[in-house]
Amino acid sequence: MATSDPGMTNPNDRLSAAVPRRRFVEVLLGGGFLATAAAFVYPVLRYLVPPKASDLGSDSVVAGRVGELKPNSGKIFRFGNRPGLLIRTATGEYRAMSATCTHLSCTVQYRDDLRQVWCACHNGKYDLNGRNISGPPPRPLEGFEVQVRGEEIFVRRRREA
Amino acid sequence: MSPLRNVRSWLDDRFGWDDLVAPLRKKTVPLHRLSYWYFLGGITLFLFVIQVLTGILLLLYYRPGANEAFESVQYIMTQVRFGWLVRSIHSWSANLMIFTAFAHMFSVLFLKAYRKPRELTWISGVLLLFLVMGFGFSGYLLPWNTLAFFATKVGTEITGQVPIVGKPMMIFLRGGEDVTGATLTRFFGFHVAVLPGLATLLVLLHLLLVQRLGISIPPKLEVQWTANPSAKREMKFFPNFMLREMMAWYVALGVLGALAAVFPWNLGVKADPFVSAPAGIKPEWYFLFMFQTLKLIPPKVWFIDGDVLGVLAFGLVGLLWILLPFFESDQPSRTKRWITGLAVFALAYMAGMSVYGLLAK
Amino acid sequence: MAFLRNKLRPFSPARYVGLAGFVVLAACLGYGQTTNSCLDCHSALPDPLGVSQEKFSQDIHAQKGLTCASCHGGDPTSDDPDKAMSRKAGWKGKIDRKQIPQLCGTCHSDPAYIRQFNPSLRTDQLGQYRTSVHGKRLAAGDTKVAVCTDCHSVHDLRAPSDPRSTVNPVNVANTCARCHADASYMKGYSIPTDQFAKYSTSVHHQALAVRGDLSAPTCTTCHGNHGAAPPGVDKVQNVCSNCHAFQAQMYEKSSHKKAFEAASLPGCVVCHNNHAIIHPTDAKLGTGPDGVCMQCHTPGDACDQARAGLQSSLSRLDEAIKSADQVLRVAESSGMEVSEARLGQDQARDSLTKARVTIHSFRTDLVDQDIQAGLKIAANNLQAGKKAMVERNYRRVGLGMSLIAIGIVLAGLWLYVKKIES
Repeated sequence: MATSDPGMTNPNDRLSAAVPRRRFVEVLLGGGFLATAAAFVYPVLRYLVPPKASDLGSDSVVAGRVGELKPNSGKIFRFGNRPGLLIRTATGEYRAMSATCTHLSCTVQYRDDLRQVWCACHNGKYDLNGRNISGPPPRPLEGFEVQVRGEEIFVRRRREA
Repeated sequence: MSPLRNVRSWLDDRFGWDDLVAPLRKKTVPLHRLSYWYFLGGITLFLFVIQVLTGILLLLYYRPGANEAFESVQYIMTQVRFGWLVRSIHSWSANLMIFTAFAHMFSVLFLKAYRKPRELTWISGVLLLFLVMGFGFSGYLLPWNTLAFFATKVGTEITGQVPIVGKPMMIFLRGGEDVTGATLTRFFGFHVAVLPGLATLLVLLHLLLVQRLGISIPPKLEVQWTANPSAKREMKFFPNFMLREMMAWYVALGVLGALAAVFPWNLGVKADPFVSAPAGIKPEWYFLFMFQTLKLIPPKVWFIDGDVLGVLAFGLVGLLWILLPFFESDQPSRTKRWITGLAVFALAYMAGMSVYGLLAK
Repeated sequence: MAFLRNKLRPFSPARYVGLAGFVVLAACLGYGQTTNSCLDCHSALPDPLGVSQEKFSQDIHAQKGLTCASCHGGDPTSDDPDKAMSRKAGWKGKIDRKQIPQLCGTCHSDPAYIRQFNPSLRTDQLGQYRTSVHGKRLAAGDTKVAVCTDCHSVHDLRAPSDPRSTVNPVNVANTCARCHADASYMKGYSIPTDQFAKYSTSVHHQALAVRGDLSAPTCTTCHGNHGAAPPGVDKVQNVCSNCHAFQAQMYEKSSHKKAFEAASLPGCVVCHNNHAIIHPTDAKLGTGPDGVCMQCHTPGDACDQARAGLQSSLSRLDEAIKSADQVLRVAESSGMEVSEARLGQDQARDSLTKARVTIHSFRTDLVDQDIQAGLKIAANNLQAGKKAMVERNYRRVGLGMSLIAIGIVLAGLWLYVKKIES
């Protein structure tokens, strides 16, 4: 039956070829098993090692570090796959909200001269709680919860009550 | 070889290892031109094992909960090394397993392997198929993306159509009136605890029955072989059939790896309960034939609500399907042909409806 | 009324003050319905004189308790038409068009009166109206111009916030167009009648009517409502800057402002049109049919060169964004997670938008700052996309090696099976 192997079709060689052929099959099979085992085990081992980028989970991200923001200033941070706006008010309080304008989805910014959140696209203005107070925005910006833990400022979505 | 033999004899001395594996040695597989179909059960089992292993790996990083599930799957896909591979294999293997389970069932049907004395094997098998679909349904929700969210909404809605018990059942499944984070928690529990427990028990029973009863021979061949025992051809299960089965497993592995690497399972968009359902939402392909049927039934049939009728009909068909072997005559010569006809019809119906559902808007 | 008098008979007053107050209130509210003899006839009369109870009950004035007599005078308690509509009873009949603004103003210009209903409602409409083109012409004796009721409707006048109101933002343009788009009606006035047709093609109309953005400008946003008049050639940018603040800021400091003012050209309108404000494209900077610069500038001069520079800067960033998009799309469709770079693309697009806004400064150095920022972000995203493609190839190589190993095992198993079975 081994004749089905295309490399060894000569029936006269059958006896003399038997031993090396067996060795060959064993090496092939053993090598194959080892190689596939490596191919399966390697990804699994790599998978088991926890990645460096720690998973903050979910609905909370580090928006910045304490001391990074002067009073009366703001910065954009990444929140999931949308931008968020972290503001430090003139009195030193932290506020955070979605940075996507509710009018046409431009990214809003903090204006230290107005002490308001401002959208450059059509002059929309929001107060520091995210309420739309002038211009085209039809809805307030979604507000986020801010927690200062140690050196880091955590922002997370408000839980529905 | 000798240390291995020592271990064996040690085990044999403790609990009679050799007696335990003796039936496996004697076990044979009938050899005929349809013998290939015997691989399907083994492949399904192999994929089940893959599901268990990759499922355990996913559990290391997955977190249930409406606020975390999507992000944790995203984390697995992007941050964890080879996380994409593990998740993609889990998803692809799930789909392949459902496919091979269906194929296995139809092969059993056409080879008439469900006849006496194998009724219990059939019943446990069909129950396993239902469990596997339950795995699919519950697992689909776990990434908490839009498609999954609405598929679950529609799917549980259909459950709610059943008269009297439907509504409580829907609330039980959803963990409330609506699909929410509570549903996710429940489905997670079903998916990783309840269903695997049940499935393991049933798989063991199924295998035990196969082991006790041996492998079925198609009725025509059985008649021939009893008449002329010299024509009987079979293959030893161990190692001959087992090695071939292993080849099938390796092929399955290769296919899985290729699918996972070339078509990684995508993640979609995080579910938002407040947006309206995307147009033309469809369930996974293995529910499509039922979904499409329900869509085609007119809203009112005589005085019964169309959806209720459809759900009841599928329930009844499912029940009859489980009991199928009992409609078969135990006289091989008088084998009723209608079951084969039914099987052909069922296959054609499911395939046709699935394709229709796939193409329909 | 006999019933009312009975109830009001003054016995034990203190106890009944509350009840009496309620009854009086109820009687007053019911007054219009039970004893308004006007509608008895007018609801049956044909159109110019016909006002049904159904129609009038929609009117905000009716809802606030006013009646026919509040504007038209007379005595609605009398069933006798001669008595009810007698000049002696103060009946005014059909209000002369010239008198309408004054009549509405008797209440609407009286803060003390209006305060009883809606303290935050403005009371300057009449004053504003007198400054409008409509008001001035009316005062000069032209009765074809719009008076209060032409825009606000009459007898079924609704609050502007009501979407059925003729002055609700979505309906304003249609209301103005009733006269201003009617060429035969407007004959004799030397103004065009195509404003509405032009406005209908504009990005503002698109936003308001199609997207339902109630903040998008309609006629009154730029012309004023009660004080309706063209904003004035040199004041256009002040109007536009209400929403387009950045553009206006840039323009204010630009060389064009002075030049346009010197040539009394209407600011923003010079390039963007007035009523037909189409969504601008970079082709506006070009030399093609959409180009606007070369209407004034001569080919080859310094400005033309700056123009060409600006246009090529914009298209360079645009192309950089598009090519990054394309790589990211391919990476995404082959299953790679590139959501971070996708988010970055939005920032690059923001830079492009900003650069397009900065164009209004007409300064290449300022525009270049935005362009460079955008190019940097786009380049990073392109890099991320390419990295994802490298990762994809790495996966494929890994897959290939695994498949080779699997192939070897399969071959080995096959040979082994053949061997033990031979």
